[in-house]
Parts: sequence; structure tokens; C-alpha cells
Amino acid sequence: MDHIVYLDYAATTPVDERVLDAMMPFLRERYGNANSLYALGRDAYKAMEDARERVAASIGASHPGEVIFTSGGTESDNTALIGLATGGGRSSGHVIVSAFEHHAVLEPAEWLSKHGFDVTELGPRPDGLIHAEDLKAAMREDTVLVSVMHGNNEIGTIQPIRELADVAHAGGALFHTDAAQTLGKVDFDVDELGVDAASFSSHKIYGPKGFGALYLRKGTRMAPYMMGGGQESRRRSGTQNTAGAAGFAKALEIMDAERAAETPRLTALRDRLVEGVLGRLELTSLNAAETDTRLPHIANFIIKGVEGEAMLLHLDAKGIAISTGSACSSGSLKPSHVLLAIGCPQEFAHGSLRVSLGRYTTEEDIDFFVESLVPVVERLRSMSPLYAKIKAAHEAG
Amino acid sequence: MQLYSDKVMDHFSNPRNVGVIEDADGTGEVGNPICGDVMKITIKVDDDKIDDIMFQTLGCGAAIATSSIVTEMARGMSLGDAVSITKKQVAEELGGLPPAKMHCSVLATDGLKAAVDDYLVKRGREPIAGPILSSDPNFDPHEDEESESEACDL
Ligand SMILES: Cc1ncc(COP(=O)(O)O)c(C=O)c1O
Ligand code: FES
Repeated sequence: MDHIVYLDYAATTPVDERVLDAMMPFLRERYGNANSLYALGRDAYKAMEDARERVAASIGASHPGEVIFTSGGTESDNTALIGLATGGGRSSGHVIVSAFEHHAVLEPAEWLSKHGFDVTELGPRPDGLIHAEDLKAAMREDTVLVSVMHGNNEIGTIQPIRELADVAHAGGALFHTDAAQTLGKVDFDVDELGVDAASFSSHKIYGPKGFGALYLRKGTRMAPYMMGGGQESRRRSGTQNTAGAAGFAKALEIMDAERAAETPRLTALRDRLVEGVLGRLELTSLNAAETDTRLPHIANFIIKGVEGEAMLLHLDAKGIAISTGSACSSGSLKPSHVLLAIGCPQEFAHGSLRVSLGRYTTEEDIDFFVESLVPVVERLRSMSPLYAKIKAAHEAG
Repeated sequence: MQLYSDKVMDHFSNPRNVGVIEDADGTGEVGNPICGDVMKITIKVDDDKIDDIMFQTLGCGAAIATSSIVTEMARGMSLGDAVSITKKQVAEELGGLPPAKMHCSVLATDGLKAAVDDYLVKRGREPIAGPILSSDPNFDPHEDEESESEACDL
């Protein structure tokens, strides 16, 4: 591949050079096991605790021990859902998750529903938000845990976490948020948000894949999910990934240091993108367009009368990487559960494109994308047996 | 992510016989109930042979590629041979399809069957294509797939 125009930063990000530099010593000379007593081990331990303190400081945790290192967003979500629901030996109760969570939350919720718990999937409204009053209505006497993601990975809307956490707490439940998409990208403070637990993923912020963290407020009961040697104060066994910890802490520091300049830059790029796509192509729309509380780097379009995988493949041939919520690309052959949850009709979800921007995205990338997308869509529409009908229906109102 | 063969990519990128025959003798329009994809085939028939054939498809890469190749396979064939083209033959002609995409070829074979029957019925003759798989409510797109479904990358 020559030049790739990468517009899928919500899927993953390249490791920043500065992050890689911070990691390398732990893959080479500072390779000790952080639990060993001799000097090499103590060195690794100190580096890991230093990383933990820096992460804790960034997210406003009052104690570094509230940060548990994990193998990524998925493990953090699984641990939170299952560990918090079953914490203290509980074997039944009511759990609420939003219907547009990542599968890393939905799947363990489904598991809980088969193992003694009642699970409610709370739907977002068409604005792409979970509303506090809807959560209030879904709360039950026996609700033990509520999990609502901070920023949605497909449509980019940011949930009113503080209000939602207050509702959960008023009903005596714990509150977890999946912050894999928001950490580093918006101000994130566990006390301001009022959460008991939060999941983070390193590879979404220019850190390495397969690393992440779980914030767990002090005093919160959680059954361990990974059991073994008792690392991470018995809450997550397994020899710690010291290079991952050093890389994640560095990645987060860079995000924090650059956010004030990066957010307006990304927002301007995204607005240029949205204007370009909606301005150049008829019968297109932006999902959850009316909502202002959104991540600066994600835009999710519906391009009517085309199928997402076909668009993706044509764009790929031009060196552009984006993703789609189309059924045809999903293997399950169901279109994106996120788009369906916000009320997007199945046939339109089929033509969705998620474009996500990041640190290395330029104006030229955006313009190249729009210039490339237009003929791709026109060509696919011209070979669609339905497009003329869709257009006529639209014109008839 | 499973890969498409070069031949699938060729037919996807440069689909053959795209369009609609204006004075068609037979038209078949079928929808894939599973993923919502739609295909339309128009044919001209001469001496019970497919003389001309064009398609339009709204669908994934495999749906477009299988539509394209089926038009090439069917051109010049007798109506009886055309309706007996199986989804497996279509996939083989393309150098194989990823397991999760095997069902896409049903759209192409069904479209062709529907067009042939449309021609016959319009002339007061008996339809010969047999059941249209994709309009059967019990159609299982995953039969004979040893499929692993794709992992999510969102
Ligand atoms: C919202 C959300 N949660 C969880 C995950 C999973 O994180 P990881 O890939 O680190 O397991 C992702 C991304 O893949 C995500 O976008
Ligand atoms: S026809 Fe829809 S997935 Fe291929």
C-alpha cells in the first residue's frame, strides 16, 4: 500500500513515536517482573506504579490504587460488568445497560442474564443520547448496576454521565461507564462524572493494543475476573504489562497536553467533512446531527441507496480506510445495533459510513476523501435497482 | 477480515453487463431477506436461449460480483441450463467466496430464475425455475457454510 488516508481512528490508532520510546526500555533492558524482589523487579514495579499514578492523576482518581491495569477495553468492560454485578457474592439482581453499548458490555450483560441476573437494555432516543428520565423509569428496587458508555464509538454522542450516575446512585445501584472512546479526547474526571467504575483502552489514544485500565472507586466491591497470582491487589491477576503501562501513561499525557489545541483542530476538520459530504451528495444525512455533546472526531453518515461494504471496498481501492455499519460487512448480517437503537431504519443503516479523524488527519485527507466518495456513491447508485424509487419517494415527500 | 479472491474483486470493481434492457422479455427482481440487498435482472430471449442479459444490484461486494459473473455465465445458455445454475457454481466460478458471503450468490441465481420464469409465464408457458430460495421464509442463508462470523472492528 502506498499512501493510506486513514480515517478510522475510532477503530484504532497508530502508536505515537513518543509512546513507543517510553515503552521500549521495558521490552529490552528493563524487562523485570514487577512482582520480583530483586533490583530488576523493583525497577519494573516502580515504573509501573509511576504509570499508575500518572493515569490516576489524569482521571482525577483520589488514589492510584483505584486504577487497575488490564489487557484493554474489553477486559475492563467484562470485569466491570461481571465483577460488579457479582461483587460481594451476589448471584441475582437487576442490571441496566444501554442498548448501544459496545459488545464488550452487551455480551457480559447477556451472560449475566443467563446466570441469575435480570438485564434491561435501555434504548437511546433518536438524538443518540440516553436520557436520565428514561433511566429513572427503568430503575428497580433490586437494580445493582447501571452501565452506560461515555462516548458512543459509532455515532460519537457523549452521554450525560453525571446525571445518569446520580439516578443510579439514588436508586442504590453502582454506575460504570465505558470511556474507551472519550478518555484523552474530552475532559475526564471520575469525581465530576460521579462514576464508580470506568473502562479505558490504550490503542484508541495512540498507545499499544492489548492494554487498558479499569478505574474502580475505593471501597467498591468487585469480584475479580482474572484469577491467579493475585497481582493488581488481587483484582486482576497476571504478570503486569510494564511496557503497556508506560506506553498508556505516556499516551494519556500527550492527549492531555495537546487536547486544548487538538479539539478545535479536529472539530474544524470534522465540520469540513460533514459540509463536504452533505453538500456534495444528495440524500445523505449525519446521524444524531441535532446533538451538540459529541466527540470531535467521529461522524456517521447515512448515504441512502447504497450499501456500506461496497462503498468501503471502492474507497479502499483508493487507499482510504473507513468503516461501515452495514449488515453485509458484519458477518452477523445484521446492521449496526447502534444505528438501529437510535431508530435508523434497517435499509438506511445498511448505507452507513463511520469516518473518524485523529492526530495525523489533514485537510487534504478530508478533501481527498470527499472527492473520492462522490464518484463512488454516484456509481453505486447508478447500478442500484432501488435508487430511482428512493429518490422519487423522497421528492414526493 | 476474510479476503475476497482477485476474481471477485475484478467483477466487483469492473462489473459486466450493468444496466436494464429496455424492451426486456423477462424481468426478475429479488431481495435478500437476510441483509436487505436487492438485485434486478432483465433478459432478452431468442429460441429459448438467453440472448442478452443485464443486471442492477444494491448490495455488498460479493452481491455485485456474483451478479456480474452470473450474467456472463448465463449469456447464450438455454433457459433450462440457466435456471439450474447453483450458488455453488457461481461461487466456484469466482474462485470461491468467504463462508459468510456464500449466501450473497443466492441473490444472483434467484434473480436469473425469476427473470426466466417471468418470460415463460408472460408467454403462457409453465415456469421451470422451481422455488425462489430467497423468497422462501424458511430459507437458511447459512446452510452449508462452515462460517466463522467476522469480528467487529467498530
Ligand atoms: C466503546 C468501546 N468499548 C470497548 C472497546 C474495546 O476495547 P479493546 O479493543 O481495547 O478491547 C472499544 C473498541 O474496540 C470501544 O470502542
Ligand atoms: S448480499 Fe448482503 S451481505 Fe452480501
